[in-house]
Amino acid sequence: MSRNLILGAALSSLVLLAALVSFVWTPYDHAALNIPAKLQPPNTQHWFGTDHFGRDMFSMIMVGARTSIAVALVAVGIGMALGVPLGLTAAARKGSWLDEVIMRGNDLVFAFPSLVIAILITAVFGAGAINAIIAIGIFNIPVFARITRGAALSLWEREFILAARVSGKGAARISAEHILPNVANLLIVQGTIQFSLGILAEAGLSYVGLGAQPPTPSWGRMLADAQTMVSFAPHLALIPGLAIIVTVLGLNLLGDGLRDWLDPRIRVARA
Amino acid sequence: MLRYALKRLLSLILSLAVASVVIFAVIEIAPGDPASFMLGVNAQADTLAALRAELGLDVSKVERYFNWVGGMLVGDFGTSYTYRTPVSQMITDRLWVSLPLALYALTLSTLIAFPAGIYAAARRGKPGDLAVMGATQLGIAVPNFWFAMMLVLIFAINLRWFNAGGFAGWENGFWTGLHSLTLPAIALALPQAAILARVMRSALLDILAEDFMRTARAKGLSRRQALWRHGVRNALIPVLTIIGLQFSFLLAGSIIIEQVFYLPGLGRLVFQAISARDLIVVESVVMLLVFAVIMVNFLVDLAYAAVDPRLRSRT
Amino acid sequence: MSLLEIKDLSLTIHGTQILKRINLSLAPGKIVAVTGESGSGKSMTALAVMQLLPNGADAEGLLQLDGQNLLNQSEAEMCALRGAAIGMVFQEPMTALNPVKTIGDQVMETILIHRAVPPAQARARAEEVLARVGLPTDRFPMTRFPHELSGGQRQRVVIAMAIALRPRLLIADEPTTALDVTTQAQILDLLKGLVTEYGMGLLMITHDLAVVAGMADQIVVMRHGEVVETGATEHLLRHMQHPYTRMLFEASGHQVNLPVAPEPRPLLEVENVVRDYRLPRKRLFDAPGHHLAVDQVSFTLNRGERLGLVGESGCGKSTLTRAILGLEEVQQGRISLDGQPVFTGHKPNLAVRRKMQVVFQDPYGSFNPRHRVARLITEPFHLLETPPTGSERQDRIAELLTAVGLSPDDSSRYIHEFSGGQRQRIAIARALIIQPELILFDEAVSALDVSVRAQILDLLVELCETYDLTYLFISHDLSVVRTITDRVLVMQAGKIVEQGETEQVFTQPQHPSTRTLIDAAPSLPEIGQGAA
Repeated sequence: MSRNLILGAALSSLVLLAALVSFVWTPYDHAALNIPAKLQPPNTQHWFGTDHFGRDMFSMIMVGARTSIAVALVAVGIGMALGVPLGLTAAARKGSWLDEVIMRGNDLVFAFPSLVIAILITAVFGAGAINAIIAIGIFNIPVFARITRGAALSLWEREFILAARVSGKGAARISAEHILPNVANLLIVQGTIQFSLGILAEAGLSYVGLGAQPPTPSWGRMLADAQTMVSFAPHLALIPGLAIIVTVLGLNLLGDGLRDWLDPRIRVARA
Repeated sequence: MLRYALKRLLSLILSLAVASVVIFAVIEIAPGDPASFMLGVNAQADTLAALRAELGLDVSKVERYFNWVGGMLVGDFGTSYTYRTPVSQMITDRLWVSLPLALYALTLSTLIAFPAGIYAAARRGKPGDLAVMGATQLGIAVPNFWFAMMLVLIFAINLRWFNAGGFAGWENGFWTGLHSLTLPAIALALPQAAILARVMRSALLDILAEDFMRTARAKGLSRRQALWRHGVRNALIPVLTIIGLQFSFLLAGSIIIEQVFYLPGLGRLVFQAISARDLIVVESVVMLLVFAVIMVNFLVDLAYAAVDPRLRSRT
Repeated sequence: MSLLEIKDLSLTIHGTQILKRINLSLAPGKIVAVTGESGSGKSMTALAVMQLLPNGADAEGLLQLDGQNLLNQSEAEMCALRGAAIGMVFQEPMTALNPVKTIGDQVMETILIHRAVPPAQARARAEEVLARVGLPTDRFPMTRFPHELSGGQRQRVVIAMAIALRPRLLIADEPTTALDVTTQAQILDLLKGLVTEYGMGLLMITHDLAVVAGMADQIVVMRHGEVVETGATEHLLRHMQHPYTRMLFEASGHQVNLPVAPEPRPLLEVENVVRDYRLPRKRLFDAPGHHLAVDQVSFTLNRGERLGLVGESGCGKSTLTRAILGLEEVQQGRISLDGQPVFTGHKPNLAVRRKMQVVFQDPYGSFNPRHRVARLITEPFHLLETPPTGSERQDRIAELLTAVGLSPDDSSRYIHEFSGGQRQRIAIARALIIQPELILFDEAVSALDVSVRAQILDLLVELCETYDLTYLFISHDLSVVRTITDRVLVMQAGKIVEQGETEQVFTQPQHPSTRTLIDAAPSLPEIGQGAA
């Protein structure tokens, strides 16, 4: 167990815990307006201060964690659910037209940054948190397809796969039984990284108004609201920003730590 | 080499064609007719028909697609629904902000990342490496638009070294223009530099473990000489891939950063167009962004061949 | 006065003892061979002389080059010696050169880094050296990149880099292990020639006793980081003192006695098989090239027969193996087992697959690291219509593990808990578990240390007696094929150029390329046999 892993797991669970607890308890109602108490800096009553409507920032951060985590998690789920089978198929049929189509399709999707996808969807259907999920999710598909294919290709060259083929096992069975378990670690690590990128992307989309819409609280929109007031109430911008940084940092450290911990080569090298 | 370039070029054209179909199809799904949207609900039928003809909406979808693509090939992006001005003119004006910003940021990011990555790899496991790794770990976690707000708070509002927003314009001199793009470029560049530095470091560490690095040392090269003469060029191969990918992040990022600094770039244009339901502008800007990404990837593929002789002769 | 003098050299890496008080000395113009099995510390000895040890290494003792203790040199002083006074040649020519620099630049670099000479002069010297190692610039321009050369040619470039400044000491770490036998013979001749011509001392690291016996003046035998025996080659081979040396020598030339093969009845029939690969076009409008990997190959393997297939890398033996296993379809000809074709239409024939199994070369890559031994060796059960279950399955696993010299308890362990030799035993158990009619051994003992290899060969003979094995033994190692097969096929450039009784082919080769192959293979001198 490395320091990265412990610190990363601790920060990530802290954010997750905040999101879960927010379902049953927050210090204040995150949506309750309290104009007399507006723009308070952090104090004993309001740990993270209040915004321009006097809403409790701590409660908003807790509830906002829910949005961030939900969007990023579902987006990673979409990317994995579609990307991994595509990658496995492409590797199993290496060099065939199917492989070619999947890989060219991948390259094409890579040409559409998730913000561009979000712009297109919003232009057509209007804004909303679902947009963010779809936009980030679509962008995750080629990421997982490519990494799965790459790892699977090198496994297909290994002699234990040849042995399985000599034992009469077909490509689908070999992919499920031999390839997938051996790329699982890699996918977990990549999943963590994509999760953190998803949090960042969601924040960016909400900031420009392409993500979650009011009244759903989100860190990105809190920052957008803070922009005009940053000169006299810097905590409005500092606190949601730090929430994003802590979450992303935690997930990245967790990903790095998991990679070192799960990779047997590195473990052997260290022993 | 020629065959390789032609193959890449073919794939570039194919990607552009497919991308244009996808973008056109998505925009076509949009409910409502731009002409009736522009004229309001009380429009006369003949005015509506005249406007539809003016906007080129009176022909079949297929024909419209080819008109759009054919127009773009000769630099005609159609007419804005809201401003009734040529879209190409609007885009050109904005490009003079967005493109320099992306290039400025890419240059900064590379200038920071290369030395940092090489420095960290050369001092693997030592305090210098740990410091770089810690800083980059933090750099990756910082959202660029938040970082931009902090830069404004510190350097514009408190220190007053820069303007908090807006673009001075190139007509007032190159340095004035560059000055007003500096904070946005730094905000864009630093998080990307953090990623690039990490990629550079790990690519170099992979190369350092290669047999030919030991051969180089056996010739009498010092650790540092071996790193520079044999390591860096080989490490460029994976680094180039990331630089290509980063360009699309920088473009996307610049759209967001323009919001922070109130820069009149493509990002502002596209958000105004969305709220005005000026779909022809959205369509064309998106196509342009996708074109830029595909083009950069094509250039990266060519750069590979320049770095790696194996690619040059294989095809 | 010796050139290199190693006295009581000890080495630890992160506290683990790697070398224990080793002693060795090398005179100019002489060849000292350091030999031993993996883990003996022979390569570390070479790296210690170069002072290119991994991080965490700590050496003590005396390591003198011309009276200068290398252990006391600063890193800058070592850089000045490396490449100029000491040259080194490595094992893997495919990866030892920088892929993005031309061979000329890489050879010139050795010169330019040590001598302040104009580039033109360095270029002239590089040209001269490349010509000396057999790469004259009229046929191999200095603008070539490594990937445009074969493995043997790349090794010549590495040698050119090492000798460009006529170092006093040349270190060669398994310089021919990755090469074919004919190339190996040429590279060894080149090294011997250079030693005489330049009066260098050559410190040669190799696991191959036959190579050692053919060229070294002195032999140093190492085991577990210690020198167990040292002596002049002739003398040492005649009077081996240490039991380990004797074991090593015996294992290197290990002979086994196969049980008599039954009357010939055809099992595997290969008729006029052709496998052609398309290559990418060289230029834009050229016709695509092609590579005829297997060209009109025909042979018969009889039931109960042990057939060898030998040839150098790229001769087509791997493609042929894959075709027989039904992993790859052939374009022409017919492969049938027991009268049934390996492929029906474009699908591999399951009934035939059931009768064949394979043992691969790499003991580390042959198993899914996430499965336990029981699951690993029962994988071929997938081929059976009614695979055994419950206690019957357990009994099969136990029987096979016992048959290959392991314990039934090993079935619940993971593969990483076993050594290379044990893994090869597990691979054999997996191949035998469905009692196939034919087993293919694809370089199955090539990655093993000689002592382990001898044990696996003994195991094969034992299994031949209990299970009446029929096998095709594919290998580049002639000495192994000679003892473990009844009949042998010699393959070259996609064709079978010679086939016959193994002893017959080895003693009276008919085809010139068979003769070249046999002559090039280094062999152990007879003198040792008596002592073993």
